[in-house]
Amino acid sequence: MYKAKIYIAPKKSVLDPQGKVVHHALESLGFQGVDEVRVGKFVELKVDSPDKTTAAARVKEMCEGLLVNAVVEEYTFELLRE
Amino acid sequence: MKFGVIVFPGSNCDHDCYHVLKHVFGQPAEFVWHKETSLKGFDCVVLPGGFSYGDYLRCGAIAKFSPIIKEVRSFAASGGRVVGICNGFQILVEAGLLPGALMRNRNLRFLCRNIHLRVENPETPFTRKLAKGKVLKIPIAHAEGNYYADEETLKEIEGNGQVLFRYATEEGEVSEGANPNGSLHNIAGIANKGKNVLGMMPHPERCAEAILGNAGGRGIFESILSS
Repeated sequence: MYKAKIYIAPKKSVLDPQGKVVHHALESLGFQGVDEVRVGKFVELKVDSPDKTTAAARVKEMCEGLLVNAVVEEYTFELLRE
Repeated sequence: MKFGVIVFPGSNCDHDCYHVLKHVFGQPAEFVWHKETSLKGFDCVVLPGGFSYGDYLRCGAIAKFSPIIKEVRSFAASGGRVVGICNGFQILVEAGLLPGALMRNRNLRFLCRNIHLRVENPETPFTRKLAKGKVLKIPIAHAEGNYYADEETLKEIEGNGQVLFRYATEEGEVSEGANPNGSLHNIAGIANKGKNVLGMMPHPERCAEAILGNAGGRGIFESILSS
């Protein structure tokens, strides 16, 4: 069993209004020196695979097939053996 | 023309579409449940607005895997007319039947009001009864209508005349102020390369009867019926 933690964020080349608003809100709270705020989503799932390579390949397929819109989003994930 | 209005779990503009097609324009029309596996006999298929699958994950992300979409693909590939309105447009871009993506509105708000569209290309089945530059008043109701495509795709769709409608002022000026959601190039509606698939964010089915005080959407239906 592998637990996948998938981080999906808007591509840097795409305008992220949520990120902008959060950035401004942080600044008005007094946090200086904050930049490149992006707001994305997090998906967690468990996948039954014999090894990490197979698990990674399956998670990549899930990302590309459903979880991520490749036109406007990018992703990374980590796998933990359970 | 026989129209099929596809219904996904969460679609809520299907009845308005059916009403306009069947009662206002007097055409044979049927609801098609998303699990159906045939579009035989239909001349035009409509993907209506709403919140299919609750907009879970992304708007239209899950609807694109419904059994009927396979049929919509082959229907479109053989030249059948497909109209995607609002969530329907979102489903078509997710399914790759139209290029680009529809993102969260730039001001992060759900916008529910009348806007104006300028007709950019009258040479399609969806716009052939409308003059180039004609301004239509049509309502929008969406939170994810911000059209995006990368530079290369934008160049391609602009060059091919695939942009059918742009957000404009009442006077027909395509300005920043007339853009409600941040869509690139003020794009409100596009077609595929073959010009038989339309996707638009505004709701022409909400303004196709004079009795409602705005019949700005009539021209689009009249165009389809004359094609």
